[in-house]
Amino acid sequence: MKISSAYFLPIIVMFTSIATLAQSRELLEIRITQGIESALPIAIVPFDWQADIAPPENVGAIVSANLRRSGRFAPMPAADLPSRPRSFAEINFKDWRLLGMDNLVIGRVKQTGEDRFAVEFRVIDVITAKQLAGFRIPTNAANLRLTAHHISDIIFEAILKMKGAFATRIAYVTVEKFAKKQSHYQLQIADADGHNAHTILESREPLLSPAWSPLGDRLAYVSFEERNSAVYVQNIQTGQRKKVASGRGINSSPAFSPDGRRLALTRSLDGNPDIYLLDLTNGKTRRLTTHPAIDTEARWAPDGRHIVFTSDRGGGPQIYRLAIDGGRPERQTFNMGNYNSRASLSPDGRLMAVVNGGDKGFRIALVDLQNEHFDILTDTRLDESPSFAPNGAMIIYATMGTAGAELAAISVDGRVRQRLALQKGEVREPAWGPIRR
Amino acid sequence: MTVAILRWIPMALLAFLIAGCGGSKTTKDPDAIRALVEDRGISSEEMDAIDLAARTRGLDDADPLSHGVLGDPHDADGPLSVRVIYFDYDRSNVREAFRGTIEAHAAYLANNPDVSIALEGHADERGSREYNLALGERRALAVRKQLVLLGASAGQVRAVSYGEERPVTEGHDEGSYAPNRRVEILY
Repeated sequence: MKISSAYFLPIIVMFTSIATLAQSRELLEIRITQGIESALPIAIVPFDWQADIAPPENVGAIVSANLRRSGRFAPMPAADLPSRPRSFAEINFKDWRLLGMDNLVIGRVKQTGEDRFAVEFRVIDVITAKQLAGFRIPTNAANLRLTAHHISDIIFEAILKMKGAFATRIAYVTVEKFAKKQSHYQLQIADADGHNAHTILESREPLLSPAWSPLGDRLAYVSFEERNSAVYVQNIQTGQRKKVASGRGINSSPAFSPDGRRLALTRSLDGNPDIYLLDLTNGKTRRLTTHPAIDTEARWAPDGRHIVFTSDRGGGPQIYRLAIDGGRPERQTFNMGNYNSRASLSPDGRLMAVVNGGDKGFRIALVDLQNEHFDILTDTRLDESPSFAPNGAMIIYATMGTAGAELAAISVDGRVRQRLALQKGEVREPAWGPIRR
Repeated sequence: MTVAILRWIPMALLAFLIAGCGGSKTTKDPDAIRALVEDRGISSEEMDAIDLAARTRGLDDADPLSHGVLGDPHDADGPLSVRVIYFDYDRSNVREAFRGTIEAHAAYLANNPDVSIALEGHADERGSREYNLALGERRALAVRKQLVLLGASAGQVRAVSYGEERPVTEGHDEGSYAPNRRVEILY
């Protein structure tokens, strides 16, 4: 048997330090509540560990858990594997075909120096006995988990021909309530699998609307720590932050432009909420809307030249689209009730998730902007704050669980559902960050 | 003056009775929430005063505003003790029922130009948080506008919105939502 395409493309992994961040005690637990019936069977052979220290992370297990959580794969339990091939030559394709395994992943982690490792793996199509992808990724112990997420993305894309979103982070706000109306708010970021939760801000006053910069290095958010809403931009690594909008009225709803240089936000300087553009490089502000209605919740189109926003200029809240260089706002939501707000655009700009209010409560609806067709995706009553994954396949949102506020995620086709909850306290305001390099 | 205060004592008594039910600040009847109803004991002097008043005065339905005499806003007996204005769902118009309350506060502010207040606008949890933040501000500004029209000066009244972030009741039904759609008047 010959390897049909043995390409080892090295990926440069950035060595990041998150030592300045406080590790959280709480784990965001993610459970898959609905998967696809036709989830693809795949065998992930445990990665061979070739190093003189104990493995800090089980790469194969992380990959397997990621693929299972996506709802699109059914990885074979490690205990059921008929054999554990370490190379292409050791694979007995007949065995795997008999077990109905469509795909097989083999790999190893080799030590290449002090705290230096190379992870090699191959994705193999069992039916054709051909390699779909093969990579060697340099990493270190602290980044081994991130490397496992990158590997998951490569496998996902090699088989499904669609980008994964495993090597991503989510930001969210946790709330613990105490007696006498006191609350403890924390702005946290965690890996997309719920691990590595870190608190980047805590406050006794409400926190909301975290928004990622396009490179994932900064978060903008709204904090009430000065007894009024104010917008801050915080560097995730250093913890340093800058107050970019405060003072009279509302200062809220930040959204980074696709180039990361500008922030769209809501202010009510003259007593009426309008959308403003703040140039982060020079601090200059430009007003985008002037209507005496509520204008808020701006989100950028991927072209960087348009925004969508919520306005009640037509009576109830609806979504409008506006060119930032001028023009009239155009309504985007039609025939879908009298309450549509907080839009989130898919990365390609074709789909828009909104909070849709109706007789059955507030649910996440998905609008196809090409043809104005819409679907109600969720079936709970208090859903809010939808946020697209950077691959456009999933939408994370906040909902009300039996034990209080929790997060949920749903695929755009509605077939995969996940639930993300804390063991203690409430969690809300999710924002799905960009792919990590 | 004394007469005006005494007229309000039965109302204060009612407020204390409501406060006594379970010792909680929350109640399903929004109109019954009054500023000085909180988790604290009542001194024996206060209790005596209430008892005395309850014996000596019946319920007086006279319009308190017709007297034009307004006491200290910290006086639990006065018309200024009503500190919360409630709103309908997704609306910011001030209901007619709160007209008298707003007139009383406006008159007090007009007579006391050194006093300033904050109006905290709130919304119930339904819908999106940022839209609700805007809605809370619109409610606070609606109350502010009426206060100014009725004689308060704009500089005396600061409006701030907390949106749906600070509910007074935590339930997920209309009975819990109604008390949360409010503007609090803070002296």
